This record gives sequence, structure tokens and C-alpha cells, in this order.
Amino acid sequence: MTTASVPAVHAAGLHKSFGKVHAVRGLDLTVQPGEVVAFLGPNGAGKTTTIDMILGLSAPDQGNVSIFGHTPRGAIARGQVAAVMQTGGLLRDISVRETVQLNAAMFDSSRPVDEVLARAGILEIADRKVEKCSGGQQQRLRFAMALVSDPGLLILDEPTTGMDVAGRRDFWTAIRTDAQRGRTVIFATHYLEEADAYADRIVLVRQGSIVADGTAAQIKNLASGRTVKASLPATERGLLAGMPPVEGMEYDGGRLTVRTGDSDAVVRYLLNNTGAHDVEVAANNLEEAFVALTGDDAVPESTSITFEGDLV
Amino acid sequence: MSTATVVQERKPSAGGINRTFLWIEIKRMLRNRRTIIFTVFMPAVFFFIFGLSNKDKLLPNGHSYGQYILISLTVYAAMTAATGAGSQVAVERAQGWSRQLRLTPLLPGAYIAVKAMAALTLSLVAVVAQFVIGALAGVTMDAQTWLTAGLVAWLGSLVFAALGLFVGYLMPSQNVMQVLGPALAILAMLGGLFMPIEIMGETFGNIAKFTPAYGIGQLARSPITGEFDWAWIVNVLIWLVIFVAGAAMAFRRDTKRV
Repeated sequence: MTTASVPAVHAAGLHKSFGKVHAVRGLDLTVQPGEVVAFLGPNGAGKTTTIDMILGLSAPDQGNVSIFGHTPRGAIARGQVAAVMQTGGLLRDISVRETVQLNAAMFDSSRPVDEVLARAGILEIADRKVEKCSGGQQQRLRFAMALVSDPGLLILDEPTTGMDVAGRRDFWTAIRTDAQRGRTVIFATHYLEEADAYADRIVLVRQGSIVADGTAAQIKNLASGRTVKASLPATERGLLAGMPPVEGMEYDGGRLTVRTGDSDAVVRYLLNNTGAHDVEVAANNLEEAFVALTGDDAVPESTSITFEGDLV
Repeated sequence: MSTATVVQERKPSAGGINRTFLWIEIKRMLRNRRTIIFTVFMPAVFFFIFGLSNKDKLLPNGHSYGQYILISLTVYAAMTAATGAGSQVAVERAQGWSRQLRLTPLLPGAYIAVKAMAALTLSLVAVVAQFVIGALAGVTMDAQTWLTAGLVAWLGSLVFAALGLFVGYLMPSQNVMQVLGPALAILAMLGGLFMPIEIMGETFGNIAKFTPAYGIGQLARSPITGEFDWAWIVNVLIWLVIFVAGAAMAFRRDTKRV
């Protein structure tokens, strides 16, 4: 038996329209077990629509989804996937503990109720009515409910919307601790910092299709790459003609500034072929990449960029 | 071999009909003050207003007014209880709970079955409460009559549990009972639960025979009237089929859309 043979999620050619709005346009996504993937995009990019199709809550117009090799419904019947939705999904008139008990009663076997409450950090408010819980507490309750079936795949849709900074940090600490046990996690977010801080892999969506897919570092590199700065004697300026192609170059007062998508090649050239010294390489931040890739004048959707190789 | 074939389905036994689910549903209903007002308090008030002062009088057809009104209001209490319980699906849909349940192995049929059982539990509470109030107020009937009338009122409420589910799936409102409450009062009146059909006049009397509370009311009172008509059973069954079919259709439409 191998464990690497079946992806946690395999979605192929997903399309979904609502009237004239083509919300998802040919989306392909494969997530391997154990990955923590951020589904990053601006509001209206089709993130929730995609998640609904992955969970089987809505049917794609075209394309198909499998979770651990099963249909979404089949995976749900096996307790292999659970989700933390953005809003709703809670009964206001019962307690935190009753909510988890009720959810556990829907499975033939489940984790002990107090254990999942403790793991979600809400054991001490177990007897509180749901309607008396703060937004952050309700979100942790949704997380506790998702843990009940001990699913291999956990999907979170904008899980920290409306939480304050401390609540957000605590929530992610709980998720991150949980993911270290090997659970596959996919979370949709429009917070760049969350994707950068908590995901192994970022899938950037724009207007219903994937425009970039890779590690946070790869995505940052993608939009305008890195900036390489070095001190270079004026007499060696002529040597720059032999540089690998770059996006932009400036030379001012003995200091060279190069913008490039391949900083390694630039640095290698400078060190091997010139007397450049005091070399600095600075990554552009994710926000610049995000704006560049998802803005209106961004990369056309037909040229999606993916990275091969081990992304974990 | 892939991991896909290893993991067994983990559907709950009986599709999800279990004690925990049912018990939490029942607790939710009994905690709801509005439910208790509609199902216990209001019918009791009606009984004190309309029944108590006349309880020893005789109706034109020779029956005790007290018995007649107690059984009728018990049917009304049970039908309100069951409708209210069924209509709670509207609240659960509005709160996104139905959607949450679709992320569990729970079978939709099991959900409906638990809702129906919870509705029957609440209508049983309504029946017993009404009978206790009536007995304390001095209405006397033989054991056979208490039992038959109680069983008919209780089991007949299933028709209205289906009505509650039907309307609950049609309406997105959190306040579905604000619409259903007055509607039920009209149905109860037309069904002869607030006054004997004989005194309604011919037109209303004829309309009444085709309304959903009529058959159950007539059957529940048959131990004291000594009358029986198969048409009453037909009335109950037809309305049951209509409401169950409506609920099933509305349920399907709902799960397709969400």
C-alpha cells in the first residue's frame, strides 16, 4: 500500500456560472496529502465557489472533483473531509459542547468531545450558549466540529474574517499545531500575511482561474522578482553587457541596482565575471506580487504559471 | 493498492437517527419559551376562556360542552406543537445549519425522521399538559375516552409536523411561526376545534369538511359523540399525503439550490 498515490484533492477543469457571472473558469488543482495550501485571491475571485464545489455543496457546470479518490459525498461519508465555513453553520440556542456532541452524533465513530474542544481551545467555554460566543470563539467552535471526524483534509473558507489580531494569531496557532500532525489543510484567504505565514504553498486565483501556484518565495519572485544591489567600479560597467537578460538596471555613483526574475544568475554573473562587492539581494514582498498578479492589468489568465518539483 | 479503497464509510447507524441527536432536538424545543407559549399556554388560556364557564352545559347534539372543547383544544395544542417543531427547519436553514449537516454523513431521510420524532415528542407534551389542565378543571371522561382522544390528537399531529416541514423549507424566515400561528388558528376554527361545525352555517360547514384539522378533530371526539365516518380518515390521509409530498418537494429544491 502506498500513501502517495492518491491526492488529497484533485480538481480538473472546474467551471461554474451564476447567470451571466462566470465565477470559476477552468480551474485545475491537485493537493497532495500533508500540504498546507493557501487559496489566495481578492474578494470575488471565485474562492468560495471553488470550495463549495470541492465539498460537493454545489455541482460544477463542467469538470470534476475527487477527494482522496472519492467523490466529495463519498469522502464526507467516510469522514475524510471537514470544513470551517466563513459564517453560519451553528445553532444559536445550544451550548458549545452540545454543538460538538450533535456533530459527533452524525458519525459512527468520532474523537472524544472534550478532546476536540481542548484542541480548539474552547474547553473552558463548553457550557456557553453559541449565541453568547464571540466571532473568534464561534470560529474555533467550527474548527472543533471539523475535528470531530478526524478528517484527512480540512478546508477553511476565510476562517479569520472579522477576528482581531490576537484572535487571528491564536486561531492560526491551533490550526498550525494541528497541521503538524499531518493533516492536509486548504484555506481560502484574502489576507496576504496569512498566506505568507501559514501556508507551504500558495495558489493565487484571479477571476475564477489560477494565475500562480508555488511557495510564498516563488510567488513573490514571480511578479517583479528580486532586486540585486552591488557596488561596482565604474571601469567595469562595460562588462554588464554580458549579463543574463534582466528587467531593469540602473547605475548611479558606483552602485548598481538590477531588477530581475532570476537573482541567482545575476549574482553569479556579477561575482564570477566582475569585481562587484557588497552584494545585496532583496525579495519584493508578497503584497507587490499579489497586486501585480491579481490587478486589472495583470497577467492574462491564459498564462498561468506553476512551479514544478517539490513544493512542500 | 491506493488509500482510497482502505477507508470505510462511516455513516452513522440508522443513517443518523440516534439518542444524542433526538435528545438535543427535544431539549432545544423545550427550552424555547415561544414554543411552550404556543403549545401549552395558549390552548390552556382558550380552555379557561371558552371551556370552563360552559363546561357543564350540553351542546345542541346532546354532548358535554366541557368534553367537546377540551378534546378539540387538545387537538389544536398538538397540531400547533407539531407544526412549530417542523417549521424549525426554516430557522436552521437561515442559520446555515442544514448546510453544515450536508458536510456530515447524516442521511437527509434521517434528519426528517428525527424532526418528526421531535415533533411527536412536543405534541405529546402538549396533549398531556392539556389533559392535566382539563382534569384539574373538573372535566371527567372515562379512561377509554381519554386514551383514544389523546392518541388521535397525538398521532394526528404528524400531519401538521409535515405541514411545518413543508412551510419551513419554503420560507427563509426566522419567524415562520408568526405566519403559521394565525394560519393554524384559522384552520382550527374551520376544522371545528373552536366551535362545533353545526353552528357555523351551511356554507362554512361544507368548506370545513375539506380542511386539514377537521378529520382529526372528528376522530378525536368520536369516543364522546359515538359517531364515525370513513371520510374523516380519508381527510387525514389526504392532507398527510399533500403535506409530506410538499415537504419532500421543497426539501429537494432546497438541497439543490444551497
